[in-house]
Amino acid sequence: MVLVFSVSCYNCFMNIVSAEGLTKDYNSLRAVDNIDFEIVKGECFGFLGPNGAGKTTVMRIIYCFMAPSAGDVRVFGMNVVESPSRIKARIGVMPQEDNLDPDLSVIENLIIYARYFDIPKKVSSPIAWELLDFVEMREKANVKIGNLSGGMKRRLVLARSLINNPELLILDEPTTGLDPHSRRSVWEKLNYLKARDTTLILTTHYMEEAEVLCDRVAIMDSGRIITIDTPSRLVSLHGGNMEDVYLKLTGRSLKE
Amino acid sequence: MKIKRAFRVWQRHLSVYTKLYKSSIALNFVEPILYLAALGLGLGAFVREINGVPYIKFIAPGIIASSSMFAAIYECTYGTYVRMTYQKTFDAILATPVNLDDLVAGELMWGATKSLLYGSIIIIVISLFGLVDSPLIVLAIPVLFISGLIFAEISVIFTAVVPGIDSFNYFYTLFMTPMFLFSGIFFPLDNLPPVVSKIAFFTPLYHLVNISRALSSGRPDICAWDALWIFVVVALLAPYPFRLMRKRIMK
Repeated sequence: MVLVFSVSCYNCFMNIVSAEGLTKDYNSLRAVDNIDFEIVKGECFGFLGPNGAGKTTVMRIIYCFMAPSAGDVRVFGMNVVESPSRIKARIGVMPQEDNLDPDLSVIENLIIYARYFDIPKKVSSPIAWELLDFVEMREKANVKIGNLSGGMKRRLVLARSLINNPELLILDEPTTGLDPHSRRSVWEKLNYLKARDTTLILTTHYMEEAEVLCDRVAIMDSGRIITIDTPSRLVSLHGGNMEDVYLKLTGRSLKE
Repeated sequence: MKIKRAFRVWQRHLSVYTKLYKSSIALNFVEPILYLAALGLGLGAFVREINGVPYIKFIAPGIIASSSMFAAIYECTYGTYVRMTYQKTFDAILATPVNLDDLVAGELMWGATKSLLYGSIIIIVISLFGLVDSPLIVLAIPVLFISGLIFAEISVIFTAVVPGIDSFNYFYTLFMTPMFLFSGIFFPLDNLPPVVSKIAFFTPLYHLVNISRALSSGRPDICAWDALWIFVVVALLAPYPFRLMRKRIMK
């Protein structure tokens, strides 16, 4: 009983992601400059900031695509440099650029992707069909990737990121370039995942998106985090709406 | 690196290949057969024999080697480059438990597999034409995989450092084509200035041609040093594709 209690408690207070002193240099350019943050289970955490603020770099370090130059980054309590495979097995990634496999059909994109997670076809096939239903693409199952619209590609990337039933979903500008209808449709799916206790981390340029989805946001500029707070507290602290807050905070740091 | 995860990458390539093979496999073995027919029959009418062997029979084992070389090189230059940059297949795979070392190992294994496949097809074809004297030629099949790894390693090394896809022309024109012409496939190197065979000694194709010709004529004893060369070089080159790809992708 004691053991069960302690294990479940550890889980409920565990940070899904924690970063301390995270720094990333590209040759002489410092893309991320000594930042700290913690993301707790079940929340939707947003990184906001202008292009080049370092958002995508932070995301790539979290999903173990690149190693930090300095600092300690842990996902599920594991170090990103030491245990990339074990971390990646439990996360889903929706990258900024669509990287669906153009040599494969829609359904093959899901089933072959599942294989990288050691999920055999027997198991992944029903999941893949379920996910196609989730993103409303069942009738497109055998279509080539090149014949999909931008919105459908985005939805398929989302479906693919869910193939391993991830505990943490990383979304790098999930709705950039989508029309308002497709954007709403992606938001709806993400809200559904949130309700199922999936932890979400996203970057976005749309303040409306941050307000609709995020429990907390970190506003970044020039590789640093200016502030971390809930959207509603930011609005009440600084006045106006989220966009005003964003412009005020990132604008001030530019002048310094 | 984990073999199982590298195998997942290899499996992806196989899945794509089995979808598209009808168009690519046919073309890939038509070309070597054209060389064999044009030079073997055309030039063979004048040359007749080299070292007591009818000319077409002299070049046939060399075509096994060149066909297998072209397969690995095209796969791991152009193919790997397209997957890495245009298709962003690498980015997608690296977001899964597969890591970069697994991915590179998968590329190399797939390149070697294509070497084996395209060399073996030529073995079958020339055997059917009666251009092979010894059943020992089947021993060439595992060798094709190892030499295929060398061609794949060299190709991935080059792919990791090229600035753009046009740069492959340098690789083909300055490396692959001279190797193809001066590796002893079409004429023995003995009568050329000694510098030619000295350079040829450092190319994998030269040794593969020797092995293929020795096995085809039933004399495995004369290619022991060539086999040793291939096993040593595959190991010597092994660290570099991984190191250079890491440098390219992780920046």
